[in-house]
Amino acid sequence: MKKITIDPITRLEGHGKIEIFLNEAGEVSKTYFQVPELRGFERFAEGRLAEDMPQITQRICGVCPEAHHLASTKTLDAVFHVDPPSAAKKLRELLYSSFYVTDHTTHFYILGGPDFVMGPDAPVAERNILGVIAKVGLELAGAVIKTRKRNHHVIQMLGGRAVHPVFGMPGGVSKGLNAEQIKEVQEIAEEAVGFAQLSLKVFDDIVLKNKDYVAMITSDAYTHRTYYMGLVDAKNRVNFYDGMVRVVDPDGQEFAKFAPKDYLDYIAEHVEPWTYIKFPYLKQIGWHGFKDGKDSGVYRVAPLARLNVADGMATPLAQEEYQRMYATLGGKPVHHTLANHWARLVELLYAAERMRELSRDPEIASPKIRTIPTATPDEGVGIVEAPRGTLIHHYATDERGVIKKANLIVATVGNAAAFNMSVGKAAEALIKPGKPITEGLLNRIEMAWRPYDPCFGCATHSLPGRSPIPVYVYDSKGNLVHKP
Amino acid sequence: MAKLKVAFYWAASCGGCEIAQLEIGEKILKVAEVADIVFWPVAIDAKYKDVEAMADGSIDVCLFNGAIRNSEQEHLAHMLRKKSKVMIAYGSCAYEGGVPGLANMFDRASIFERVYHETPSTNNKHKVFPEPSHKVHEGVLCIPEFNDTVKTLRQTVDVDYIIPGCPPEEKTTWLALTALIEGKLPPKGTVITDNVKAVCDDCPRKRDVKKVKKVYRTYEIITDPEICLLEQGLLCAGVATRGGCGAPCPQANMPCTGCYGPVEGAIDQGAHFISAMASVIDSKDPDEIQKIIDDIHDPVGTVYRYSLPDSLLRRARIQ
Repeated sequence: MKKITIDPITRLEGHGKIEIFLNEAGEVSKTYFQVPELRGFERFAEGRLAEDMPQITQRICGVCPEAHHLASTKTLDAVFHVDPPSAAKKLRELLYSSFYVTDHTTHFYILGGPDFVMGPDAPVAERNILGVIAKVGLELAGAVIKTRKRNHHVIQMLGGRAVHPVFGMPGGVSKGLNAEQIKEVQEIAEEAVGFAQLSLKVFDDIVLKNKDYVAMITSDAYTHRTYYMGLVDAKNRVNFYDGMVRVVDPDGQEFAKFAPKDYLDYIAEHVEPWTYIKFPYLKQIGWHGFKDGKDSGVYRVAPLARLNVADGMATPLAQEEYQRMYATLGGKPVHHTLANHWARLVELLYAAERMRELSRDPEIASPKIRTIPTATPDEGVGIVEAPRGTLIHHYATDERGVIKKANLIVATVGNAAAFNMSVGKAAEALIKPGKPITEGLLNRIEMAWRPYDPCFGCATHSLPGRSPIPVYVYDSKGNLVHKP
Repeated sequence: MAKLKVAFYWAASCGGCEIAQLEIGEKILKVAEVADIVFWPVAIDAKYKDVEAMADGSIDVCLFNGAIRNSEQEHLAHMLRKKSKVMIAYGSCAYEGGVPGLANMFDRASIFERVYHETPSTNNKHKVFPEPSHKVHEGVLCIPEFNDTVKTLRQTVDVDYIIPGCPPEEKTTWLALTALIEGKLPPKGTVITDNVKAVCDDCPRKRDVKKVKKVYRTYEIITDPEICLLEQGLLCAGVATRGGCGAPCPQANMPCTGCYGPVEGAIDQGAHFISAMASVIDSKDPDEIQKIIDDIHDPVGTVYRYSLPDSLLRRARIQ
């Protein structure tokens, strides 16, 4: 058996490698995506003070600490049976919207975007942010840097620190904003809306007006018919911070809709001996291996999944873009993995609009940002949509509020099975007997996972044009025929 | 002058250190003027084998973040040490083990048991656990070996300097980079910050007489924004933590959790913090003292949040 390894994969957060085995004919026999790391937060959370969990669990991921911080803080609201003042909820969501603006911007321009903007076959040296800057112009590049910087500043003002914020507590937040800061946030939000609109135009000009790219997005190699999962508000619109979890089947029909506390009735996780990551699936359907379709419990999360499970967006400009996307791609649900890049930009616009709405809400100036819990703590579940998908925290405490058990289903993990399938399918479609394994070919395989914006380990965002997940290819006799 | 050759590496960490390195923003251009990055898995395409091929000592500076949790990280730490003239532990995890170091309260078997078997969403009746080398139908798949104990970088290889923080604040990173760029490196072993005293020296809150009759949990009280948090009964680690961060957490009404590590001269941050706590307890009555300290429910997570592997205790003994 011939084996190809891609090690380490670049332009993703964290570590990982891909192993591709070829059969005697030189066709792909099987592909494995491996995560080489574990830290064991579920175990060492035991014995910690519940209220320390927002700061402890965000050390799972320094790229999306805000997601863990808020999922954990919401879990504490449930554990302590406390309802935070409305202003506190709005301040949390304001920080979260600003965070989404920075994170989606990073992914589109630095991680995922270069494939499209530069083209998958562009030389490695150009397939990165610097290449993107050269192509889209310095003005836009400046706007990218400014958007990230100014929104990090918002996170710092609200959360206390730009990386690993500290403001989340059961029953509210530790600090609010003064009048001057609110004015600044309003300006930054206004700019973010314009920036998001501009980004959608860039996508339109560079990707949608290029027939080859559209053909690639909709090609079978990058398509999987799966279930989808995401949070929705009371009107079934996309929400990042709060709501019910909705699941749709591959035909787009609602399969389930449940409150966070009931997640164990719907989600289970499968373990494989060759990787440290677990594979979540829909419990009622069961684990039937790395397969798509209605009979497989594999589901997907992240931007495209969120749009697929929702009936629309909660803000007007994003709603228009949402309708345009589905009209262009032939209705709901969209199964083309690469459409995640487009969905991410629709969400960028929603995040910016939501940030603008919240920044103008007079209630955020309220000094009432804490409710002091009085009930005995016991158990709770908190769910947010991290940029990379549905993120679940679940803690049980003793009567002192000391953690007895913690369970975490991290966003990227939600796509772990699909990720394996996507890489395998692209490899099968692209690697052919006798065809040389070129840089561009391997990049097209990587393009199968990059739309998920994976955050394995949940570690670091990487700069573009590189492959952080190494690919190794082995022939049918076990000889290494390609290595990074 | 030849450009400095710089390498970055991440081990058991969260990626926050990489974000912190990018946070220096436009100043990165100044770094690019004087330095070539020869290895940075997050950003550039050089692979492990490229590092292996480099001559010993050919990297001028290696900034290493993350704790040593598995066999691969241990291997890379040794390799990068050999190739680098200067080895810097960047951030809490490399320096002291960091938050992942709290896993030293447990061991591999109990961590695997929890993560891969006992968690309520996991369906694994046959107790399938990840294996360093696993034979599949097509061949053999390998992943690094998960160690029993988290180690710091200093417990693994010789370290020249330390940049503390979880993650280091922008100004701390820049202070260290400036020293490197200007070739004005401090004596070996220096922890690089602009304040070698405690976080209290950075903190604008007013300190009076630290006397505490009751220890509070953060969610139990709304604190006075002007007064020292420790004096208000919160277990703020600022008194036992090296300064230089600018005290952002106390300014956001939350106690310092100690991420800059021990103050200069203190061997064990937790022991120092405990002795500071003892001195503020306002009682001479053993029963009353006992009652006050009974409210400290997670001493390890409170005083060794980032430093258990580096502490005198290092890990819990597993029976």
